[in-house]
Amino acid sequence: MNIIIVGCGRVGYTLVEQLSMEKHNITVIDEDEDRISSITEELDAMGIVGNGVDYKTLLEAGIERTDLLIAVTDNDEQNLLCCVMAKRIDNCKTIARVKNPVYNSEIGFIRRELGLSMIINPELIAASEIARIFQFPDTIRVDTFTRGRIELLHLTIEEDSFLDGYRVSDIRRKLKCEVLVCMVARKDEVFIPSHDFVLRHGDRICIAALPEVASAFFAKIGIQSSRAHYTMIVGGGTIGYYLARRLLDVGVHVKIIEKDRQRCDELASLLPDATVINADGSDEKRLISEGLDAVDGFAALTGVDEENVILSLFAGKLSGGITVTKIDKLKYSVVLEGMSLDNVIFPSLLTADYITKYARTMNQSTESDVENLFRLENGKVSAIEFFVREHSDITDTPISKLKLKKDMLICSITRDGAVIIPDGNDEIRPGDAVLIITVRSRFSDITDIVER
Amino acid sequence: MNIGVVAYIIGWVLQFEAIFMAFPLITGLIYGEYDCCTAYIISACVCLVTGYILKRFRKPGADLFLREGFAAVALSWIALGVFGALPFVITGEIPNYIDALFETVSGLTTTGASILNDVEALSKSNLFWRSFTHWIGGMGVFVFILAILPLMGAHSMNLMKAESPGPSVGKLLPKVKDTAFVTYAMYFGLTVACVIALLISGMDWFESLTMSFGTMGTGGYGIYNSSAGGFSAAQQIILAVFMTLGGVNYTAYFLIITKKFKDLFSLEEVKYYLGIIIVSTTVIMINIAHLYKTLGEALRHAYFQVASIITTAGFSTVDFDTWPQLSKTILLLLMFVGACAGSTGGGFKVSRLLILVKSVRKELRTIIHPRLSKKIYLDGHPVSDETFRSTNAYAAVYILLILGSVLLISVDNLDFTTNFSSVVSAFNNIGPGFAMTGPTHSFACFSPFSKIVLIFDMLAGRLELFPMLVLFVPSCWRKY
Repeated sequence: MNIIIVGCGRVGYTLVEQLSMEKHNITVIDEDEDRISSITEELDAMGIVGNGVDYKTLLEAGIERTDLLIAVTDNDEQNLLCCVMAKRIDNCKTIARVKNPVYNSEIGFIRRELGLSMIINPELIAASEIARIFQFPDTIRVDTFTRGRIELLHLTIEEDSFLDGYRVSDIRRKLKCEVLVCMVARKDEVFIPSHDFVLRHGDRICIAALPEVASAFFAKIGIQSSRAHYTMIVGGGTIGYYLARRLLDVGVHVKIIEKDRQRCDELASLLPDATVINADGSDEKRLISEGLDAVDGFAALTGVDEENVILSLFAGKLSGGITVTKIDKLKYSVVLEGMSLDNVIFPSLLTADYITKYARTMNQSTESDVENLFRLENGKVSAIEFFVREHSDITDTPISKLKLKKDMLICSITRDGAVIIPDGNDEIRPGDAVLIITVRSRFSDITDIVER
Repeated sequence: MNIGVVAYIIGWVLQFEAIFMAFPLITGLIYGEYDCCTAYIISACVCLVTGYILKRFRKPGADLFLREGFAAVALSWIALGVFGALPFVITGEIPNYIDALFETVSGLTTTGASILNDVEALSKSNLFWRSFTHWIGGMGVFVFILAILPLMGAHSMNLMKAESPGPSVGKLLPKVKDTAFVTYAMYFGLTVACVIALLISGMDWFESLTMSFGTMGTGGYGIYNSSAGGFSAAQQIILAVFMTLGGVNYTAYFLIITKKFKDLFSLEEVKYYLGIIIVSTTVIMINIAHLYKTLGEALRHAYFQVASIITTAGFSTVDFDTWPQLSKTILLLLMFVGACAGSTGGGFKVSRLLILVKSVRKELRTIIHPRLSKKIYLDGHPVSDETFRSTNAYAAVYILLILGSVLLISVDNLDFTTNFSSVVSAFNNIGPGFAMTGPTHSFACFSPFSKIVLIFDMLAGRLELFPMLVLFVPSCWRKY
């Protein structure tokens, strides 16, 4: 695949590193000549010095032959404009990095109207990852879909578990939780469970849920999910904001320590439920007076990697809770291995992983209606996201009335930015994005879900 | 320097050389020269075994950095010469090893300077090998190897950088391997076209193959004592045209293939290169018109000689040493110009000359407007300070090395014209010089010591100075 990457900062560099290992042809565009020369010296990619929005530069990078353009400069507007340009010249798939929370609230609209394939928000991805660390024990693995708005939780049913012997259809009715068991792996077999499927211990199941519902669900089935209840976040940047929002949504106490007075005021008005403290995170006495020894979740998210490391070590020693350390410089990963930090987050690496995963599945999704395609359980199961463009015999009818194919399941419907975990009464409407879980590999159109 | 990695790379190069030796071997079989066949089999075996041993030196996980890349390229080229000279010695046709080494290095570096007074006495297989080394060395051994093997992953670029001519080495395609492959495909395509053209013009297979190798590699080894003088006018024109094509930056051909004609016409270097050829040919033609019967004949000889010298091939149709002083001086100056960057030709390179001329113009303008802010552009792109700095350094080293070499070989007590033109000719990978090393003479007049100096000059010229010089920096060999 021919890929153009605009912007080679940390995310760009990691992307080139990962994608070039997967035999893609990569061209990077950046305005900084030094960055271009260092990237072309160290990695097998072609570099072009210029602005990614510039028509001539894009042509020079071979936009006509490009399958995917990824814009990951620091500037949201430039990224979006660059993707629009690429889309208009070549009609290739485009991915833009957009970090501004203001844009993020309308991200689905922006993406669709500008014709982008994906918008990634490194700060949001990092925040979700941290929230997950705070919420779920290591035994539960989480995949995110529809750009982080739905989570697929993988867990194994223990012998004395609440779910042992439970019927799938009862979960939603009895627990009053909007969750959906969308896949069961029993020994080597994989099932897409029907209504009367009975779960047994030893099963590995996959549950679709909204992030805020997930922890409630775990509480009801008796798994201690929310590990942290009193959290402290040092550094009130964009990641800190997103993280606080996520934690507050699930009822976790949040205290944010931020140096900058003005930013504190902003955060306080954006997050009325959080306690925002205007203090320097490196002020040890202040942290203790704010109850550092009582927190069970601590995230060090300042802009200085070294400070984050020291803070986490200090907090870990004092409180014994879960600590998360954000590190921007990937080169530190080797050095940090030897230190006793329990969770280290590299936002650029997470973002690059996310995009690489998308690029990997891009080869397989040929139809334009397929928005996304992921493989689960070693490729035995596919999660396919369709965009429903027009009215057809499957739309505007309650799902229970549709003669759906076996071995497939409608996992979620995204409508106007809101995610619905559907039951039989919901219906598919034009403009929806529908996530389908199936063990078949050949699904090219949304209308394929019904028996003919 | 990580010597294991360097040895590993040299090992690969030697094994490839063994494969290359199969071609003269086949020639030997066709012409029934069985003694030569044995010599090539022995040499190939020596290469294979040495290569195998060297390849075992690599420790897993060792990386190839720029320093190793430069050293590996320089040492590999030396190794290619050292082992490539074996067949000449074993067959006994060039019994002196230094002479054989000179001949091989001259071939690989596409110089085409010979120590042989009677080329026609050589066996067909040796003649073939001599010409074939031009073709191997023309586009570069590493470019060839990298097109086939994923030798060192992304770090392979460090090898290509060290081997490819030109002030800044870019890629045509995102991957090193693809770039190398496309470059060689174009080189191969042009060579095939040259062979076909020569076959149609009436040459036999052996002649057209060997002459095509010498032409496309811009080498200059002939298979007759008269170089290209014995061929028909049409054949000479074919050779001259293909030499000119061989000296063009291969990026131009890539732009033609990918139909980017707009970018093609913005290639300043190629424009100036062709311009220099046209102007020099015209001036020389007028200058030598009285020596030949028709103006057409004068034009043909003038064009052939200009193309041959500027592309640093070094073929000759006539003894240009007997031409008037103006023509000779133009040719001598053309030796310094050389072909385009990214071509198979040697020399200083037109693009470097352009950068220097433009920087001189900028300097002059800064005298008039002391606070002038101005960037130098080449092919529509700003020239980076890095390229600018390395071009200046290159020019300085280039001049110093030429002067130093002239000083060293002057111990042989030959005349100044011979010494100077020989060094310039060897250094720029051309072939013939003037006076005692003119087109009708050979380099046999030099002592073994001078030959070694010239061997170094040829290698330094082909590899663009720095890879060879890096070997003399002590810290290059240290581990830290």
